[in-house]
Formats: sequence, C-alpha cells, structure tokens
Amino acid sequence: MSYPGFETDTRNPMKHARNHGSAHAGVGHWWVQRVTAAALIVLGLWFVITVITFLGSDYATARATLAQPWNATLMIAFVCTAFWHAQLGLTVVIEDYVHTRWHEVVLVVLIRFLAVLLALAASLAVLRVAFGG
Amino acid sequence: MAQIQTVRPLSPHLGIYRWQIQMVTSIVHRATGIALSVGLLVVTWALLALARGESAWHAFTACAGSVIGIILLVGWSWSLFYHLCNGIRHLLQDAGLGFRNKSRKLSQNQGTYVRSSWLAVVGSIVLTIIAWVAVWGVLA
Repeated sequence: MSYPGFETDTRNPMKHARNHGSAHAGVGHWWVQRVTAAALIVLGLWFVITVITFLGSDYATARATLAQPWNATLMIAFVCTAFWHAQLGLTVVIEDYVHTRWHEVVLVVLIRFLAVLLALAASLAVLRVAFGG
Repeated sequence: MAQIQTVRPLSPHLGIYRWQIQMVTSIVHRATGIALSVGLLVVTWALLALARGESAWHAFTACAGSVIGIILLVGWSWSLFYHLCNGIRHLLQDAGLGFRNKSRKLSQNQGTYVRSSWLAVVGSIVLTIIAWVAVWGVLA
C-alpha cells in the first residue's frame, strides 16, 4: 500500500482504490437494474394477463392477437427489457459465486451474448407475426 | 498498515445468523430470478414457434400443456409473482422506505421490513392462485 503522503494520512487506506482503481461503472449497473425493474412491473403484469387471455385459442387467433400493433409492441418491449434485466441479475450472481476470474469473465460475456441473441430472435419472431411473414 | 488490515474482524457469515424471514426473501429473490431467466427461454421458444408455423406451435402447446409443463408453469408463475412483489419491496427500500421498527426492542423483530417480507410471500401466493383460477375460468 503506497500512495503519495500515505504515512501522514489519517484516513483508512481502503479509501484509496487499488490497482487500476474504480471502473466508475458500478452505479450504472445498479441504476439500469432498477429502471428495467420498474418497467417490468407494468410489462410483466401485461404479459401475464395477455398470456392468460391467449389460452385455448387456435393458431390463427393466437397469431392475430400477437399481430395487433400494441400487443406486438409491448411483447418486444417485454422480451428486450426482461432479457436485459435477467442479464444484469445473472451477472451479479456469477460475480458473487464464481471465484475463478477467467470462469467469471467467460460466463458473464457468454450470458450477455446469449441475452442479446435471444432478444433479437424473439423480437424478429414477433415482427414476422406482426407483418404476416 | 499491513498489520491493521490482517486483524480486521470479518463480518459474521451465514452459519452464525439465526434464520430470519428477510434472509429467506432475499435468497428466494435470487433463486426466482435465475428460474425466471430460464423461463425467458421458454417465452422465446413460444414466440419462435408461433412465427415458424402451425406444427411448431402445436409442438410447443403440447409440451406446455403436459403434466410436467403445467407443473413448471405453476412454478414459473409463482416465481414471477414473487419476484414482482419482492422486487417492488426492494424498490421501495431503495427509496429509503420500510425500515421502521415497530418496537424499540430489535430482538422482537417487528420491523416494517419483516412484515413487508411476509407480505411479499403471502401476496405472491395469492396472486398465483388468482392467476390459475383465471386460467381455469378461461379454459373451462
């Protein structure tokens, strides 16, 4: 532990960041987790209600229901927000429990790639239904 | 300086604490979050099947409507409602709300955070029952 003038510093040495210091990205993660959470209160409830009313309908009706503009819009919003929120949450879980650094980094990046890929696939599926492709 | 760092006390870990409802709701929030991440894969499967065609959609609904499918869906619906209720609780706590102690004696453990924990647990079960009664009503 050394930094200029540390011998006379009365503050706790932990006040000074070690190695490369803070990445200044911690609050961003925390905040986006909360913003997506707030959005998912509304979108999640909409999703549950929509799925329940979907039930028992045949293929054509299910497609026509999802193809309605607001349903398609909200479904894409729900899927993208949910994958984003899930990816942020799983990242924290991995950071907490995976203690081998390279395992941790590989898993975090893999989860992020998967989340983006699946969000894109789900969004394109909704668009295909909405545009009748 | 190095000496001071090594003799710092460690915070007590899980083995020392008596189990409290707040610990349970916190851990279950994580567990349901992981379960819901897996559930998102099923949502993606459903959307891809709907876009692909009738046979793919029927393959999905056959799986979702099977006994194992319904058991999993009950689990996922409870996970969603629990994560929703407890998530709202955490958002309110992030805003600084819900930390008051009803009693001066901390040992009696009657803080708002205890009651809101139980509210999240009971609320999620009630919402799950309401949802499945609605499912039964739609299908019957």
